[in-house]
Amino acid sequence: MSRSYLPHWVHWLGSPPNFYRFAGAWRPWLMAAALLAAVAGLYGGLVLAPPDYQQGDAYRIIFIHVPSAWMSLFIYVSMAVAGLVALVWRIKLAEIVAMECAPVGAAFTLVTLLTGSLWGKPMWGTWWTWDARLTSELVLLFLYFGVIGLYNAFEDRRRGARAASLLALVGIVNLPIVHYSVQWWNTLHQGTTVDFLDPARSSIAPAMLWPLLVMALATHLYFFASILGRTRTGLLSLESGKQWVRQLVSEAAP
Amino acid sequence: MAGYRVAIDAHAGTACTALLRRDFTLAWRRRGELFLPLLYAVIVTALFPFALGPDPVLLGRIAGGVLLVIVVLAMLPALESMFRADLEDGSLEQWLLAPQPLALLALTRVIAHWLTTVLPLIVVMPLLGALLNLPMNVLPVLMLALLLATSLLVLLGAVLSALTAGARRSGILLALMLLPLAVPVVIFAAGAVAAAQSGMPYLAPLVWLAAALVLAIVLAPLACAAALRIAVEA
Repeated sequence: MSRSYLPHWVHWLGSPPNFYRFAGAWRPWLMAAALLAAVAGLYGGLVLAPPDYQQGDAYRIIFIHVPSAWMSLFIYVSMAVAGLVALVWRIKLAEIVAMECAPVGAAFTLVTLLTGSLWGKPMWGTWWTWDARLTSELVLLFLYFGVIGLYNAFEDRRRGARAASLLALVGIVNLPIVHYSVQWWNTLHQGTTVDFLDPARSSIAPAMLWPLLVMALATHLYFFASILGRTRTGLLSLESGKQWVRQLVSEAAP
Repeated sequence: MAGYRVAIDAHAGTACTALLRRDFTLAWRRRGELFLPLLYAVIVTALFPFALGPDPVLLGRIAGGVLLVIVVLAMLPALESMFRADLEDGSLEQWLLAPQPLALLALTRVIAHWLTTVLPLIVVMPLLGALLNLPMNVLPVLMLALLLATSLLVLLGAVLSALTAGARRSGILLALMLLPLAVPVVIFAAGAVAAAQSGMPYLAPLVWLAAALVLAIVLAPLACAAALRIAVEA
């Protein structure tokens, strides 16, 4: 008999009914924490932080734009990791998590592009320009759309999830290539202002930095809460014939 | 043990030759279809002067990029059916059961596909270039860039085609999936053409394309094999 090197709770959580209950218990708390962090971050960013010496108040869109941009990449990586787990160990739960990441990630990417466009109009005088970062973000949006489209193109949802997971993995190899190739091609976007590896090099004032980080925390919490909720629904629809779902439904409507 | 290895390798060679011969025979039996991408490319090329006006200077300036995009678009419809027929008639299951590595068979199919559907597009480039007044000194660079870029795109497209082989509808979906992968390829191919057109050194982007092609020849068949397994195991 082969010995498992994973702790027991990993196996426990991988079972759909257990995860369903776990996600239901954690989701409200995560969502509440996300809302609290968002209120604090937005208050700090929109009210407490001083106006920028160059951009005035227009820069304040950064508190939406930058956390969304971070999330658009973070969610893509999460999706690819879940997809890898789904492909290698064929865990049903990982397939659902990977596929439920895609619409949330696409939404954050869209928010990044729209807020960037709103910010670009007063700063650069144009809604859209074929700058390196903008183009990479647009390509990222198409990658998300490809994953969503491929997942929905199959009758058999598990097969669709596996095909789309492989596409997500191909995309993650492609993403840095796109990033560097468009940078070589054209660049206008401002450089990085927050450097986590070397805080001394960050060129952002502390009064602006903390709301930004709190907003980043809020978007992460929102993402986790939203994934838990979406995975619950996904589990219910995929396992709709199973005993535990029937039991759940009969308990809810006796 | 060594003799065993040699025997396997010899069989791999035979299998690849057989597969190539089969694909060429099938393509020859349906040779009318081989002209469709060519016809598409000629028609789209002919539309540009109507849309932009027949000014030879303007056409000559945009010809390189336009032809590049036309070739990418003309490749798309054929890509979709790269593995579909084999999945439907069960040949793909035989590929999986065959003792030869699936990735090798997939690579053979990619080569056959490139030779039958993409090479003709590159061969007619001088004609299309003449229609759009492409400068003569740019033509060889464009053709070289296309040789590298289309090979790369067919390798990447094979992975996507294998992924969509079992899907319901895939025409637009394949285009949507290929676009993000095609962006770097188009950038470097167009970079080489633009550099040649303005009399600058154009070798660097071509070498980048060649490096990417070498990488793709190694990695894409492996990804393609994984995708084919997902398509078959339903």
